[in-house]
This record gives sequence, C-alpha cells and structure tokens, in this order.
Amino acid sequence: MSKDELILAFESSCDETSVAVIKNGDVILSNIIATQINSHKRFGGVVPEVASRHHVEEITMIIDDALKEAGVDYADLDAVAVTYGPGLVGSLLIGVTAAKTIAYAHHLPLIPVNHMAGHIYAAAFVTKLQYPLLALMVSGGHTELVMLTGPAEFTIIGETRDDAAGEAYDKVGRVIGITYPAGKEIDRLAHLGKDTFDFPRAMDKDDNLDFSFSGLKSAFINTVHHADQKHEKLSREDLAASFQAAVVDVLVDKTMTALKQHRVKQLIVAGGVAANSGLREALSARLAVEMPDVELIVPPLRLCGDNGAMVGAAAHILRGKQVFADATLNAQPNLNFARA
Amino acid sequence: MNILALDTSLQAMSVAVLQDGTLLGETTLNRMKTHSQQLLPTIENLVKLAGLTPEELDGVAVAYGPGSYTGLRIGVTTAKTLAYTLQIALYGVSSLAVLAANVRADERLIVPLMDARRGNVFAGMYQWKNGKLDNVALDKHVSLEQLCAETAALTQPAIFVGANAQMRAQIKDALGSQVSFTDEVSGLPRASRVAELAAQTTPVDVDSFVPHYLRLTEAENNWLKTHPGHEHDDNYVEKV
Ligand SMILES: [Zn+2]
Repeated sequence: MSKDELILAFESSCDETSVAVIKNGDVILSNIIATQINSHKRFGGVVPEVASRHHVEEITMIIDDALKEAGVDYADLDAVAVTYGPGLVGSLLIGVTAAKTIAYAHHLPLIPVNHMAGHIYAAAFVTKLQYPLLALMVSGGHTELVMLTGPAEFTIIGETRDDAAGEAYDKVGRVIGITYPAGKEIDRLAHLGKDTFDFPRAMDKDDNLDFSFSGLKSAFINTVHHADQKHEKLSREDLAASFQAAVVDVLVDKTMTALKQHRVKQLIVAGGVAANSGLREALSARLAVEMPDVELIVPPLRLCGDNGAMVGAAAHILRGKQVFADATLNAQPNLNFARA
Repeated sequence: MNILALDTSLQAMSVAVLQDGTLLGETTLNRMKTHSQQLLPTIENLVKLAGLTPEELDGVAVAYGPGSYTGLRIGVTTAKTLAYTLQIALYGVSSLAVLAANVRADERLIVPLMDARRGNVFAGMYQWKNGKLDNVALDKHVSLEQLCAETAALTQPAIFVGANAQMRAQIKDALGSQVSFTDEVSGLPRASRVAELAAQTTPVDVDSFVPHYLRLTEAENNWLKTHPGHEHDDNYVEKV
C-alpha cells in the first residue's frame, strides 16, 4: 500500500467558506464550513458583494481550522484543490486566490474542480461509485440530470429551461412569508399539508429530459394573489404540500425516464435540494417498485450543501486523471458540463 | 529581510521584491487582463528572478484600499494567505498613500484620487514632512466637487495624482492656478512604494485583515436605514 493521498480542498462559490482535508478521496479528516446565511437573510437572498467581503474575512481562519482539525502539515499534502466555477465570480475568486497562493507557497500541484462535480462526488463518502451512473443535481442554481460514463466524465442529458428547483422554492416561499432560504421550511410545512391545489407538472409527459419550473411558480403566485384579493386565507401547509408535490413529481418522473433510457447501477441525488425529505422519500419509493436494482445514493445532509469535502472527493478523481491548473487559474462563473 | 509587495487596487497591477530596503525587482502591468490571471504568475516569476524562493520571504506588504473591490480582494487575499501560510509578517498601506508617494521632493499638498463613478472619487491628502509622507486628511469616498471645495479651503498649492482627463478638467475649473497634476506614469501604483511605506508601519493581524473599501455595500446601506442601531453588528458568519 502506497502512502495516503491528502488533498486540501477549497469551496467558496456562493455564501459558504469551506476548507477540508480529504484522505484518498473518501475519508474526511476535516471539513470546516462557515456559513453567511444570517448575513444574507437581512436582504432576502445572497448579495454577491456582501458574500465576497465575508469570504475575505474568514478565509485564513477556515484554512487553519481545517489543517488543525485534520492534524496535518503542508509537508503531508499531495495537492490543493479548489472550486473555480460555476458560482458567484467574486466569491469564487477568494477560494481560487487562496488556493493558488497555498499551492505556490508550498510547491503543491493545484487541481481545478467544477462545483457540480463536487456535489456529485459527495456520494463517494457514502459508497464506492460504479460507472456508468446517473446523477440528479438539484440546488438553488441548478436542476440537471448528469450521466457519468466514467470517472469525472460528465454529460448533461436533461436540465431546466428556466428556474432551478431551489430558486422556485425561494420565490414561492417569499410569497407566503417564508424568509430566505425557504427550502427547509417548505419541506416541513409540506409534511403537514395535502396536495389540494393540483399545480401544473410542466413538461412531465414530454419525451425529453428537460425541466421547467417557471409555470409552476406562476401558478402558485397567482393562486395566492387571487385568494388575497378575495380576502381568503389559504392553508400554507396545503400550499407547501401542493408545490412540493409538483416539484417532486416532475423530478422523479424525469429521473425515472432517464433511468429507463440509460442503464446504470447507481443514482446519485446531489446538491442542496437533495436535503429535501419529500424528494428522497418519493425517489426511493419509486425505485423500490420500478427499479429495485438501482442503488439510490443520497449524501448525508452536511455534504449536500456546499462544502470543501465534496471538492476534495472530486479532486481525488481529477488527480488520478492528471488534471492540474497553473497559477493563471481564474474563476469561471458560468462553467458547465457539456450537453449531450 | 526579503519583502514581497503588491498593489492591485486599480486596473494597473504592481508587484515588487525588496531585500533590506533595496529594490531587487518590480513589475507593473497596465493591461485589461484580470488580476486573478496575472497576479500570482507575476509573483512567481519575480520572486524567482530575484533569486528567491517563497520560503525565503520575510514579509508581505499590500495596498489595502481604497480601489476596485475585486482587485483589492485579490491582492489582500493573496497577501494574507501568503503571510498566514508562511508565518511571516503582513503589512497594509493605503493605496492612495501609494499614489501620493509617487510625488517626490515636493512640499505641496498631494491629493491622490481614484475614480469611484457617478461624480465621486476615493481621495486623501498627503504632504512630505521631514522625509515622511504625512496623512493630512483621511482617505474617503467623496464627490469630486466636494474634494475641490475642501482643497480650495486649504489655500495652498496642491498636486493631484491619479486624475483622468475628465477629472483634471473639472479640478482645473474649480481650483485654477492652485493646482497642478502629475504625469500619467506617476499616476500608476508602484509596489516598491508599497514596501517603502510599509517599512514605516508595524505588522497587522493576519486573520482580521480586510480591504479598506471605504464604503458599505448598497444592500447594507439600505438595510441599515430601516434597522438603525445595527451599524456595528459583525456576527453574521458562523461555523456549522
Ligand atoms: Zn452548490
């Protein structure tokens, strides 16, 4: 057995500053996460300039915590990895700048990581991945079905044509007085209510694997405004349950269609919305009935949100493929996988 | 003492390496490329050309602002991460002082300024006294009109550094023969000046070091209008 591989991994694409130390791609030695959520709550959403400022305040303390908690020194490290996109450019730049500086100062190779690849490879902490596999990527900024034909070989086979699922959660949350971020509270309310409003399931019966959530969002907002005008009070629980049912139905239906078109052994649910219990329950129920052979992998809650550990897991795969960057590495806010 | 000095507060970027106060090398780039792409490669190259390795650095000095927010963050993050990771001293100096220091052997009032858009500038007032650059009026965000009025009130000859053609015209209109301007090259930040000014300061705390933006974000300003009394709240980020 050769020496253990240790990667120092950075993530700062949105409103979390995180640094982790990952051993051999699947063991977390440390995963320090500082969240700015209480700051952005003041504004009802992430303000990019405020986010960038917080990242600079935190960065060296988070690096120090990550190294100390892992009990490792620079001499033990094999590489430095960083998310360079997609995300908010100002936020990405802090992680990229800090990671490049550490790599330079200690003569370490630098591994550039796509944030979405990070979310998907959070699954590597749960079980050994077997290719080809399918990932349903759902977060505040993304709703995509991604095929992995091999290690770090990504192809988008379906994606949202308008809003991301997480974005729709935040927008309808605002209409019924739930402060940003709304996902967790809507999920909670949904379990207390019933699907009585029968909101549209857009593109659900189409052959393609794309999503659309703007129609659902509009239907929800219209329903609430209509009731307001008539001074009617609608059940927030039922509204939440109906909205969540519509989102989950579409996500699950499209995922099942994708699984029928592409034979895989594993399905990964990745991204912040993977934390949603309604989605987890519905997917595992459908898989158990229709495709019991497909293993459903949902990373633990802490690894669904943005964190450095997932970046380290993806970086391990990239290191194996000799994917490195030099000191000119820049943030790429619109980085994406190729579309099939 | 080997010092690496940086200034990324404006479009032009400057990096210098000094040994015991002697300049070993300096690179100033004034291209449209992003600082993110060119800062670290420039540092890498210059440290190597100076015959040093990163381990041989004893301190990092950086211009902390004011200036372009993104530019400042790249310079400050590079400097504080380097100081943290190599466990060396970190020094911060005003990027307006850096511009002022381009005016040498001159007893006039020195007014360095940077465009802050919408008729506003970041500006300060400096003067050489006994071989030291003295800060006469604090760096601030101010309308160019107000800056001219404040300069006029001081009724002494002033030299402006960093003004673009449009600003020069307005300043000349307001102040007439009281003012003169440096040439264009003297309006570019020089990292050797960052190091020179840093040598007169003491090291700062690395973890708490942030750019001096001199302005709150618009979102925070608006929020504070409806939430008075929260000006000094700073517990917004928590480890989870
Ligand atoms: Zn994310």
